[in-house]
Amino acid sequence: MKFRFALALALLAVVAVGLALTLQHPPVVAIQGGYRGLGMMQVYNPQTLEAKAATNRVPEPSPKLDPSGQPSSAVYQNVQVLKDVDSNELLRLMNDITQWVAPDQGCAYCHAEGEELSSDKLYTKVVARRMLQMTRHINADWKSHVADTGVTCYTCHRGQPVPAYVWFQDPSSVDVHGLLGNRGGKNAPAPSAGLTALPSDPFEAFLDYANEIRVVSATALPEDDHSSIKQTEWTYALMINISNALGVNCTFCHNSRSFFAWDQSTPQRATAYHGIRLVRDLNKNYLEGLSAQFPHERLGPLGDVPKINCRTCHQGASKPLLGASMIKDYPELAVASAASNAR
Amino acid sequence: MAEYQNLFTQVQLRGPAYAGVPLERGPWTRQGAGRFSYFLGKIGDAQIGPIYLGWTGLTSLLCGFIAFEIIGLNMWASVNWDPIQFVRQLPWLALEPPPPAYGRCMLCPLNEGGWWQIAGFFLTLSILLWWVRVYRRARALGMGTHLAWAFASAIWLYLVLGFIRPLLMGSWGEAVPFGIFPHLDWTAAFSIRYGNLFYNPFHMLSIAFLYGSTLLFAMHGATILAVSRLGGEREIEQIVDRGTAAERAALFWRWTMGFNATVESIHRWAWWFAVLCPLTGGIGILLTGTAVDNWYLWAVKHGVAPSYPQVFPPVADPAALPGVSP
Repeated sequence: MKFRFALALALLAVVAVGLALTLQHPPVVAIQGGYRGLGMMQVYNPQTLEAKAATNRVPEPSPKLDPSGQPSSAVYQNVQVLKDVDSNELLRLMNDITQWVAPDQGCAYCHAEGEELSSDKLYTKVVARRMLQMTRHINADWKSHVADTGVTCYTCHRGQPVPAYVWFQDPSSVDVHGLLGNRGGKNAPAPSAGLTALPSDPFEAFLDYANEIRVVSATALPEDDHSSIKQTEWTYALMINISNALGVNCTFCHNSRSFFAWDQSTPQRATAYHGIRLVRDLNKNYLEGLSAQFPHERLGPLGDVPKINCRTCHQGASKPLLGASMIKDYPELAVASAASNAR
Repeated sequence: MAEYQNLFTQVQLRGPAYAGVPLERGPWTRQGAGRFSYFLGKIGDAQIGPIYLGWTGLTSLLCGFIAFEIIGLNMWASVNWDPIQFVRQLPWLALEPPPPAYGRCMLCPLNEGGWWQIAGFFLTLSILLWWVRVYRRARALGMGTHLAWAFASAIWLYLVLGFIRPLLMGSWGEAVPFGIFPHLDWTAAFSIRYGNLFYNPFHMLSIAFLYGSTLLFAMHGATILAVSRLGGEREIEQIVDRGTAAERAALFWRWTMGFNATVESIHRWAWWFAVLCPLTGGIGILLTGTAVDNWYLWAVKHGVAPSYPQVFPPVADPAALPGVSP
């Protein structure tokens, strides 16, 4: 009898621990999005929202300086991107960029010690210049995704020289072991795809190369759509990744009764569509162009440059920094210039 | 008197082990003399064995073992033969069918689906041999072959998923991987690719029979257990008399819902519900991609899928707009 009691108690403990690890701490708030009955809900938990608010605080902008009346190019040497910006505003921006990107390392992270400010000796300075062009390009040419909220260095960097969420080509996805044991790039716990067994590297196919994401047939009866189920698994992995990167579920963009139908989707789906194209553009035209600049330790296991995906900016929020706009304090980052599009 | 009001069977029959009715022909006899297990007696008959293996049983187990080994060794190789990772990642590991690019190849390269084909061949052989065994054992006991045909219904669904449909689609890549999570991911991807399987009427039927089976099973099991205190599990002896436990079981349902199955027909209900679940499901899978490419659009076309009021500002496909990168 005693043994049975102990056994029952042990079983109960195992079940309780399992439940505690499985279930989310209440309360859970569900907000209806679509028409009633469609289950287009967003699920929030006040605790995770608090944590999210804490990690998405926007740093205070430095106070504006009185304009010097002279453009940066007249005061400093080798200013290539921000040359039309007032020289005092350039100082202010440089100061804030340091806080955004290299607060511990300081100015010397890009400007080599003992050298002129104009020196391009450090690779970080060359990369930073390209990143400035990229930021302007995003804010000026990708309003379809970033609207007037825009982005700054801080959107991705958050006080770190390398943003917390970058990706490299996954060596395990190309690793085929001799005669048996081929995973086909999947069938392992994939952190990038919500720990499913789906393909673990959906980024290279869809965010570096522009492979077709759409797999659902547009006609009721078979015509000429030959998308395979395996292909669908790659798309599925990408979608789970986007969902996690934005801290939302499928119905934030889709009506899950027909994932493909645009006329039943939310406006956010169109924003996400442009976001995917934005990421491809930046990976191809900005980050990969820097492969010659990055030192070996900054490259991935297959020697590729760090690249971005949705999480790089969003970091778990459907709007990065919970929708706070920083460029209103730095209008020079939202200017389109000829240089911003230079490849 | 023993009562069946417990999770476990309260009565265990014990006596000399009984070998069963004599076999009419065949080189095989039953293996073992039979022994008793107290704990198995808690959930079933306490007598274990003798068992009849036979040629079909032996070859079926052998083929099943070969398939099991091919799948298991491929999974193990996929974690570089690391035993700890093999255990940790086991639910994620799988043996994948060939990539779609290989189409309907007779024997694909081993590490690109070839092993999957071989494992599938032996697994299928194993299942079919087991079917023959089920059929022949039933015949040897002078029984009907209902079990074999019910099993055949499940085999039908298995063959549609892994053999018939991939053949019709022209690609082994359409088939299901051998793996725990991977086959579930495959299922979800299958539904997404073909525009939501819930709009497939055969899928609807299959679900109805699946849930119906559990309902019937619960109703029948509960009814018989509830009258077993009156000896209701000996239903056949009671079938012709008034006032027996069996009649009370029938009366319960007649009073509750006006209609009752009979002691015999309830098993017909159960058999058909169970058999129709994979039968209709298999038809639904077979039609997917071959006859229908998008079940949601199919359902809209035939007035099955309702439409809902638009609550968002109109959203258009950006790829169809001018000046947008595709």
